[in-house]
Amino acid sequence: MSHYLLSTFSFETEEDQAAPSPEDMQAFMQRVMALEEEMDDAGAFVFGGALHGSDTSTTLRSQSGRIVMTDGPFIEAKEQIAGFYIIEAADLDEALEWATKTVEAIQRPIEVRPFRATGRVQM
Amino acid sequence: MIPSTDGSTVSTGIEQVFREARGPALATLVRIVGDITVAEDALQDAFVVAVERWPRDGIPPNPGGWIVTTARRRAIDRFRRDTRGRELERLAADSEAQDAGDTVVEEEPLVPDDQLRMVFTCCHPSLSIEHRVTLTLRLIGGLSVADIARAFVISESAVAKRLVRAKHKIAAAKIPYRIPSGPEMPDRLPSVLAVIYLIGTVGSEGPDRKELRGEAIHLARSLAGLMPDEPEVSGLLALLLFGESRMEARFDGGEIVTLQYQDRSLWDGALIAEGQAIVRACVLQDRPGPYQLQAAIQAIHSRAATHSRTDWVSILSLYDRLLAMTPTPIVQLNRSVALAEVAGAGDALASLDGLAVDLDSYHLFHAVRGALLTRLGRPEEARTALRRATELAPSDRERRHLVRGIAAVESSDS
Repeated sequence: MSHYLLSTFSFETEEDQAAPSPEDMQAFMQRVMALEEEMDDAGAFVFGGALHGSDTSTTLRSQSGRIVMTDGPFIEAKEQIAGFYIIEAADLDEALEWATKTVEAIQRPIEVRPFRATGRVQM
Repeated sequence: MIPSTDGSTVSTGIEQVFREARGPALATLVRIVGDITVAEDALQDAFVVAVERWPRDGIPPNPGGWIVTTARRRAIDRFRRDTRGRELERLAADSEAQDAGDTVVEEEPLVPDDQLRMVFTCCHPSLSIEHRVTLTLRLIGGLSVADIARAFVISESAVAKRLVRAKHKIAAAKIPYRIPSGPEMPDRLPSVLAVIYLIGTVGSEGPDRKELRGEAIHLARSLAGLMPDEPEVSGLLALLLFGESRMEARFDGGEIVTLQYQDRSLWDGALIAEGQAIVRACVLQDRPGPYQLQAAIQAIHSRAATHSRTDWVSILSLYDRLLAMTPTPIVQLNRSVALAEVAGAGDALASLDGLAVDLDSYHLFHAVRGALLTRLGRPEEARTALRRATELAPSDRERRHLVRGIAAVESSDS
């Protein structure tokens, strides 16, 4: 089995947009809950979550031995990561199937990326 | 074994036999060793052994099986030398039980399904079309990096880089080595057909690219053999055969001759007959698709004694069906050419309204508009459109062809 990161993005402008209607929100939640239940049943769900907006990000860098903090995301871009799942799948086709279902549930693009290594680093 | 009396004949024979057996052997090897690069290295090792032994022992009766068996053993040797080979020691142990010594005891059977696995892995939709085409030509067609570079007019290092990147993605993302299931097939097959079609299209851009066209036909033919229940594969094969049948007429001294002006006596009757038989069989299956419809359109062209005696009504109705199935601007553009013959250039020109948004940077859009405007007696606008087409032409050959079109307008205008 391999691990895949399924990430989705939001546009900066979207972060300030008006909240969806309660009905839309409820329908959205129902779709996502059904998806996660399906992932659980298949043993595919490892972890997942939705992130606060990138205006809540803090970026740290090491500069001449000192940690320098800046307010905001590492990459200055319109699109910022908004949420993700980490799933376990036999191969890319299986991961793409989960990604398809996720796109249908959240109605946003999904990027699928394989993990090179997971868990604690071992020598 | 074929006894070797003349060493040189055998050595040229070896390369040819090896090249023919390479694709199927590699496909089976990848399944056995589970990695494309490892399989390719092992295949190379097997080739070295073949060059050494075949002149002495003769070419084995089943070269593909011999290559797989030899290569598999070499792969195991490589794994043994490699620290990462631990998990494959089991494979080594299994094969040791089977093979005693270094003589080939039993030849590995070549499984046709492996070739399909290879096709669907090389043409996986998660790979870019360039990577799919390059992988397909190298791993299935057996073309060398130099061959591919020449065909696509790019550097060998660019081809090599594509191969490395594509193979890395297959391994890292774990693109599976399997044939899609029935319900997945409608989503997966078009990706394969698009690759073969593109190889054929690039091959048709010049008279000197016969190898690429031949490869596209060969790929379509073997895929049709492997998937007899998919009429779209046969449709693609027929489409490529019709294209090939006109190659002698399509170029005159290296210059493009369009369908209308081709010397139809130069068309290859045998290829046309084969294409038409396939189209008829497709019609009987009654499961139409975009490639079958395009092949049917070409079948009608192939039947016409002259351009003016073409059955344009049937062609237009096939384009209507094609447009309903794949409503793309390109289909609409091609349809307009048939519409001009049936309903007149005015209707055809009107049907292009609104396509500029998508096709403004496509040279043939302006070329078709130019031709229609010429027929409508609007030379000023025709010249503008044709000039735009020449500016956008993707190759010198196409540009020269379009420039001749402008000259024709000038002469009819004066």
